[in-house]
Amino acid sequence: MLVIVAPPLFKGGYLMNVLVFVGINTMLAIALNLLLGYAGQISLGHAGFFGLGAYLSGILTTTYGLNPWAAMPAAAGVVGCLAGLIGFPILKLKGHYLAMATLGLGIIIYIVFNETVEFTGGPSGLSGIPNLQLAGITFDSDVKNYYLIWGVTLAVMLFSLNLANSRVGRALRAVHDSEVAAQVLGVNSRILKVQIFALSAVISSLAGSLYAHTMTFISPASFGFNFSIELLTMVVIGGLGSVFGSFLGAALLTLLPEFLRGANDYDIIIYGALLVVMVMFMPGGLVRGIPALFRKIAARKGETGHA
Amino acid sequence: MQFDQILQYALSGLSTGAIYALIGIGFSIIYNATGIINFAQGEFVMLGGLLTLSSLELLKLPLWAAIPCAVAVSTVAGILFERLAIRPLRQPTPINLVIITIGGSILIRGLAMLVWGKDTHAIPPFSGDTPIAIGGATILPQHLWILGITLVTILINKVYFYHTISGKAMRACSYNRRAAGLVGIDVKRMVLFSFIISSAMGAVAGIIVAPLTMTAYDVGVMLGLKGFCAAIIGGMSSGISTVIGGLILGVLESLGAGLISSGYKDAIAFIILLLILFIRPQGLFGKADSERV
Amino acid sequence: MLEVSGITQVFGGVTALDDVSFAIAKGDITGVIGPNGAGKTTLFNIISGIYRQSAGTVLLEGKDVTGLAPERLARLAMVRTFQNIELFGGMTVLENVMVGMHTNSSSGLLACALKMPWCISEERRIRGGAGKWLEFTGIADLADHTAGSLPFGKGRLLEIARALAVEPRIILMDEPAAGLNSQETLGLAQLIKRIRDLGITVVLVEHDMELVMDICDRIIVLNLGRKLAEGTPREIQESPEVIAAYLGDDE
Repeated sequence: MLVIVAPPLFKGGYLMNVLVFVGINTMLAIALNLLLGYAGQISLGHAGFFGLGAYLSGILTTTYGLNPWAAMPAAAGVVGCLAGLIGFPILKLKGHYLAMATLGLGIIIYIVFNETVEFTGGPSGLSGIPNLQLAGITFDSDVKNYYLIWGVTLAVMLFSLNLANSRVGRALRAVHDSEVAAQVLGVNSRILKVQIFALSAVISSLAGSLYAHTMTFISPASFGFNFSIELLTMVVIGGLGSVFGSFLGAALLTLLPEFLRGANDYDIIIYGALLVVMVMFMPGGLVRGIPALFRKIAARKGETGHA
Repeated sequence: MQFDQILQYALSGLSTGAIYALIGIGFSIIYNATGIINFAQGEFVMLGGLLTLSSLELLKLPLWAAIPCAVAVSTVAGILFERLAIRPLRQPTPINLVIITIGGSILIRGLAMLVWGKDTHAIPPFSGDTPIAIGGATILPQHLWILGITLVTILINKVYFYHTISGKAMRACSYNRRAAGLVGIDVKRMVLFSFIISSAMGAVAGIIVAPLTMTAYDVGVMLGLKGFCAAIIGGMSSGISTVIGGLILGVLESLGAGLISSGYKDAIAFIILLLILFIRPQGLFGKADSERV
Repeated sequence: MLEVSGITQVFGGVTALDDVSFAIAKGDITGVIGPNGAGKTTLFNIISGIYRQSAGTVLLEGKDVTGLAPERLARLAMVRTFQNIELFGGMTVLENVMVGMHTNSSSGLLACALKMPWCISEERRIRGGAGKWLEFTGIADLADHTAGSLPFGKGRLLEIARALAVEPRIILMDEPAAGLNSQETLGLAQLIKRIRDLGITVVLVEHDMELVMDICDRIIVLNLGRKLAEGTPREIQESPEVIAAYLGDDE
């Protein structure tokens, strides 16, 4: 699946800002897709890992004066370990129970953000987070952040594609299709699931850290249950198990509210409606549904053409 | 830490726990009949409260008429939900079911927001608000209403499931759907019934608690999740186990909030949820089952 | 090769297996037969690590493997196929077999994702190996088809190819002939013999008597959870207890 991305040189300032978000959301959608689309494990708490990455990096750089380039991997490391530890008990659960457990986890993390005011600044948020600096360039404008974020996003996309078509990726998809058959062939499904859970958490944490250093201000509101649902919607609408699908879903759901300016509150209705409609009519997501639709239309045209 | 304080927390915890129990039983009924966890369960709780509000204010109905009206409309919403979102599902995999019930719950919540706005609303208590003293603690009359109505609802449930044909049919479905179908039980109708009962129960729960905690378009989320927690503690039973689960949850939450910290109040329920799911997913009272290939 | 002693399995109030013991010699094709409900699949599930037995031991090449998880058993060169074929429907035929080579490869998660050179060359080797097994089972022409779209008979062959990719020393097949027509069953018999010729020990649960009598070196008969008889096909055919157990059963 070709990923054709040519960073356009828009000089439209505001659009740049939105595109930065598209990049971050794409990273998050891909992370969730690894878990949900390939391994088939539901997580409704991914906003929690996103938030942990943002807050850990933010706190390490503001309160402790650490260099952002050290804080980000440190945050990712902590989140990865946490996810690994929690992963073992949580991934023993399946289906609805796993969904609820991850939901609960996400909410607990959100509450911690709100309550540990000495560290996080509580509901008023954490500000003064430094921008990233590299080789004398400070990433403090939308255009510069655009290139930074998308550089990382493209790397994550490539990483994910490589993984999907490799030995480990196949083992993952096998576990999704028939866990018992995969086990019989020697795949340690338990460890694999935990590994993917941790990887997914690490990527989300990275996205969170980048978010923190780009926005310079974060607050718990961005990391709640609603955002976890948004991420889920992105992955489902784009198409489970497809990297390009994750990008599509992320792009759509980030750009959509922009076109619905003034209808700010209606976005949750639209997410809900989209989720329901997509699952019913296009369970494979847009990335499979749209080509299928075209094929159907073409086939019908073909029939009427050659009577 | 005086005894009076603890008693106070425990009593208010009991009444919240009763609400969780009602919601939890709603989850269990649908789960037992269909294998689906209805993420939208909390929204029916929300609808109960808000619809009562509208019946009182817009339709100017007296309380004793407003309540059945609200319950009825919520139940219709439940039926619509089952018909439109659940039944037509082509590939009922767990992931799809989770997503569709989440989507449905968001949709219902969004529509509620359109109709009633984002403010919180108050419903008058059923019989005034003069506090009643019990020991060194005080409770409000509404607390008694909650406990009383919960008890009545559970008794009605018991009678229905154990002494009526359709109730027994539903239990048969929950034990073995295929066998139930083979003896002539209309499984699809049982699914519908389970949604009807659950949404009605949810609405009742929402109505009786609304005078205490106010109601708004988004109360359903937390209440639903905590009701689910109660159901899990009770092992997804639609009877006394879930009631105990709800009461335990309510009391622990109330004690924790009062004695430890009120900010973390909501976290308590979820920590309990995670602990139970990790350590004893079949609930405190359930039996572990072995996998069959 | 495989030694099963005193296997007992109790589910709730039902004793599915009661003190079953037998030994399987290396390189044999052994059949496990018995009327429905005899406990054959339960026995397989215990040996292949999917169920925990209530009592008894399983020794594989002298090692105690009782209760080991299936993925450990695969690394000890034991593999099984399923009665209702458990294919990875979302992947291609070739990819299915490539998963079979999981234990014969080792690239880790990061190496794969970062496309390290040793991962690339191992991927080539996996692909080649998988292709070889597809040819062995005669379905190489279906390599790029989606596994979920295969007709049942081909799906069966795919599952066998996939199991062979593990390069097992013993393979347990649960009713491999179920759902196959007579021509496909003949093909299956040939395939199983060729598998044995590779030095792999074969144990199969089967209902198809013709197949069992034709290719098996030894047969074990289960009835109502107990071992009823054990011997060569000839001995089993002439055993009065076996005939009595199968009374009314044509083939």
